[in-house]
Parts: sequence; C-alpha cells; structure tokens
Amino acid sequence: MIARLLEGVPRRGLVCLAALFALLAVFPAFAGGYLLSVGFLILYFAFVGQAWNIMMGFAGQLSLGHSLYVGLGAYAAAALYVHFGISPWIGLGASIAVAALAGAVIGFLAFRFGVAGVYFAILTIAFAEFARIGFDHFRWVQGSSGFFLPVANYTRNDLWNLRGSPVMFYYLMLVMTAGAFVLCHALLRSRMGYYWLAIRESPEAAQALGVNVFRYKMVAVVISAAMTSLAGVIFAFYYNNLFPEQIFHISRSIELILGPIIGGIGTLVGPLVGAFLLTGLAEGMREAMLRLGIDVPGVKQVFYGICLLLVVVFLPHGVWPPLARAFGLERKG
Amino acid sequence: MLEVEGLYKSFRGLHAVQNASFDVPEGAIVGLIGPNGAGKTTCFNMIAGVFRPDAGSISFRGKPIQGLRPDQVCAAGIGRTFQIVKPFAGLTVLDNIVVGALLRSKDVSAAKNYAAEIMERLGLGAKADQPASSLTLPDRKRLEVARALATRPKLLLLDEVMAGLRPTECDQIVAVFRELNRSEGLTILLIEHVMRAVMALAQRIVVLHHGEVIARGTPEEVVRDAAVLECYLGEETQV
Repeated sequence: MIARLLEGVPRRGLVCLAALFALLAVFPAFAGGYLLSVGFLILYFAFVGQAWNIMMGFAGQLSLGHSLYVGLGAYAAAALYVHFGISPWIGLGASIAVAALAGAVIGFLAFRFGVAGVYFAILTIAFAEFARIGFDHFRWVQGSSGFFLPVANYTRNDLWNLRGSPVMFYYLMLVMTAGAFVLCHALLRSRMGYYWLAIRESPEAAQALGVNVFRYKMVAVVISAAMTSLAGVIFAFYYNNLFPEQIFHISRSIELILGPIIGGIGTLVGPLVGAFLLTGLAEGMREAMLRLGIDVPGVKQVFYGICLLLVVVFLPHGVWPPLARAFGLERKG
Repeated sequence: MLEVEGLYKSFRGLHAVQNASFDVPEGAIVGLIGPNGAGKTTCFNMIAGVFRPDAGSISFRGKPIQGLRPDQVCAAGIGRTFQIVKPFAGLTVLDNIVVGALLRSKDVSAAKNYAAEIMERLGLGAKADQPASSLTLPDRKRLEVARALATRPKLLLLDEVMAGLRPTECDQIVAVFRELNRSEGLTILLIEHVMRAVMALAQRIVVLHHGEVIARGTPEEVVRDAAVLECYLGEETQV
C-alpha cells in the first residue's frame, strides 16, 4: 500500500515534503501567538484549497459556492455541541452527512439536467446564497444574530471537545492538511483519478471509453463537499462564533479558491503553495504596514487581486508547475 | 454481430437517416461510405449511444442496444473513434490510453501494462510521456484508435481515421487493423472517404445517400453500381 503510494514520486520530492512537514511540526515552538494564527490560517486554506481542487482541478467542475460546505459543516457540529453537548468528533459525522447531501443535491440537479460550465458555477453560488439567507432566519442556531460556542479558560487542552489553545488547533489542522494531501495523492493515482482527469479534458471522449460521467462527477462533488465540511468544524471550534453573513458569504468561497488557482489548479502541491504565498504574504505585508504606522483597510483584498492578476498573465498554470520543473520535482509514471 | 434495422433520425425536420438497415457479421470488416451529409456519422452516433434513434432497432450480439448511454455501449463491447479527434489534451499519450484500458482492468498498474502494449502496436511508444496536445494530427488519429482498442472491444467503429494521413501512414494503419482482425477476430465498421483504405480493408460495403442505403455488396460490386456512381459523380446525361 505505502510502496504503491510512493511509486514514481521523485526522491527529492519526498525529502522536500518530509522537511516541510518537520518544519511545520516544530513551528509552534518558535512562533508567538500572532505567527501561530497565521500558520493556522495557511494550513486551513491549504486544506480547503485541496478539497476544492478535487472538484475543479481533478474533475473539472467549477464551484464558486464552497462556503456552503464550510458553513454547513460548522453549524452542524457547533449546534450539536451547544444544544446536546455532543463532541465535535461525533458531530463531524453530521457535518459530513449534511454537506455531502447538499453536494449530492446540487450535483444531481446540475449533472442530470446538463447544467455545465459557468451555469454550474452560478448554481453553486445560488445554493450558498440560499443557505446564507436561510440561516439568517434559522432560530435554532440564533439566525442572523450569530451562534456562539461557550468559551472557557484554556487551563488545559480538551481534545475530545475541541476546547483548548491555538497550538492544539494548529496541530489538528496540520494533521488534516497532511491527510488531505495523502488522500488526494492516492485518489489521483486510482482508477477514479484517471476518470476524473478524462472527464475534465473531454466528457464525450471519456463517456465513449466507458466512463459513467454522471457517477464520477457526483463522487467528486460529494468527496469535495465532505472534506470541506471538516474545515468548517475546525473553523467553528477555533473562532467560537458563526454568522451566516460571514461564513456563507461568496467572498469566503472566492477566498478559498484563490490558493489553488495561484498555486496551480489540478496539482497536488498547488493548493499548499498558494496558501503559503497568499496568506503568508498578505498577513506579512499587513503586519509590516502596521509597524510602519500605515493602516489601510482592505489592503489584503487588493493584494489578492494583484497576485491573481500576475498569475493569470504570467503563469496561467499557476506557480507550482514551473517551480516543479525547475527543481526536478515532477512526478514520473 | 451488429444488426441495424429500419433506423430513422431527423434533426428539426432534416431527415438525416431514413430506414437504414444493414448488418455487420462477426469477424468482418464492413465499410460505410457515402457523400458528405449522407448520414454516416449520425448512424455511428446512434450505434454508439450518442443519439437515440427516432425509430428502428440496433442489436449487438443478440441484445438490443438502442437507447443505451455511450458508456454502456462501450461496456457492451463496442469501441469508437471520433471524426473530430478528442484527445485528453492535458494528459500524456500513455495516460490517454490507460483511461480506455481501465474499463476492463480495474487495477491501475495492469491497465498501464495493457495500455503500453497497445501504444507500441500503434507506433506511439516513443511519445508515451508527451502530452497529447503536442501530437500531430496523424498521431492524434492513432491515439484515438489506441484508446478505443484499450477498452478491448469486440466491434470497433472507426469514423474517418485515415482522413488527413499520408498514403504510407494510411497503409501502416490499414496493416494494424488487418492484423487485429486476423489475429484477434476484431470486427470493424468503418466510415471512410479514403477509397484506398476502404478498398484495401473492407470485405463488404454499405453505401448511404440522403440517409438511405442505396447499395451494398463487395467493394468490386459497389464501385460498379450505377446508383453509387450517380450519387458520387452525378447523373449521366445524353448530349
């Protein structure tokens, strides 16, 4: 199994990944509170970027409404915890189920009735907007006034109830991001991975080769939605507050797809690189400007825009593919 | 092996195929010819499951297949190529063929081995790791054939795979089909404009004109048929 996963991966790539993982693992020992929160955000965006990439990068289905799955995952686990005291580790089952169901409904409506391309993207936005407006009036989770998790003093980490220090969340996110990376790597090399790429490149040709296009597109949406909902669970327990206006907002959907676009759509490392570049640089720049006494609201968004523009014009396949070529890290076979 | 019976298809009042009937016996190579717009590709698309016929039946190895989806038709044992080639442009040549091979072997490494065999057979071995987008047109046509063959079809539908090939390239690919037909009993139905290829390959020919079958027989019979000459060259007029 492990030998199979490693087959064809360049040795240099493995060494780099191991070094990166080690670096991230010891990072909290050196980082202060602020740096740690930046590190958490980078890992968070790497994870959701990876999840989104399964749908767009592998199966070629553009979703602009992934905030829906983050929000559903967050609300499901948080509501079960607040109302019934159910641990998020059990609650995440509900999160996965709700998000996967939502993904399946959207996928079924679109793929059954031939909604494709930009029209599919619009449909995904529409469902995220339904949820945003719907949750504004959803009394059980306090509607538009926001849903809050009880915050206790962090005397010790309670991993079972996800109550604890940012360091605990950082490590949790690190494990999840590493897990997502390995999972995507394995998916990409499976029969399903080949079929996804074939569907992305030409659905007609894929179908003529015996690929059940509807089924494999559905699976891509469901896996992507389920993974994204896990990020939502962490989000809820990390920030302890949920507002429909924020969590389901389209700007959140856009924010989470910028990483993989800038890093390289359809690549494994792209979402990782994108998250490092965007979140790392944006936060670094904001911090530097604050130190210089310049406080410009919205500077992060302007920075995102500039990054996106540069990548679209100069590196249309993202930052990672040319880097991989330059360092001999392309996969073989 | 394939029986097509009374097939009709119209597109908004245009009768693309009218009452077309023909059959392809097991182990045969049958050519489907006719002038542009005769309905050949429409016939193909109905067999391959892209279009549902308005009327008529198609049966393959004794089972009706009209109305099945293209992937179900492929799984039943009919492979096809596209007239306008549709490579998976971003994938390597080998990976293109692996997608086809995965239909019968669920195991990826077994599929890779089989795909590599097919790739060698069609002379694409040297280009295994190139992206399909970098191939020339003749190579893209070969890739179409390789992908379809990788699904291990019993019947192969070839839609103008020789068009745009040089005569020597055409002869090479004709030799490949002959070999597959002889050694593995592969049945082939081909649409072709290149008469050199049709005459060399087909044992029987069906001629379509305005969506109707106007002649059928051996290549020698068909090229002497008055109705066939008329539809290709026009009516003979006495001056």
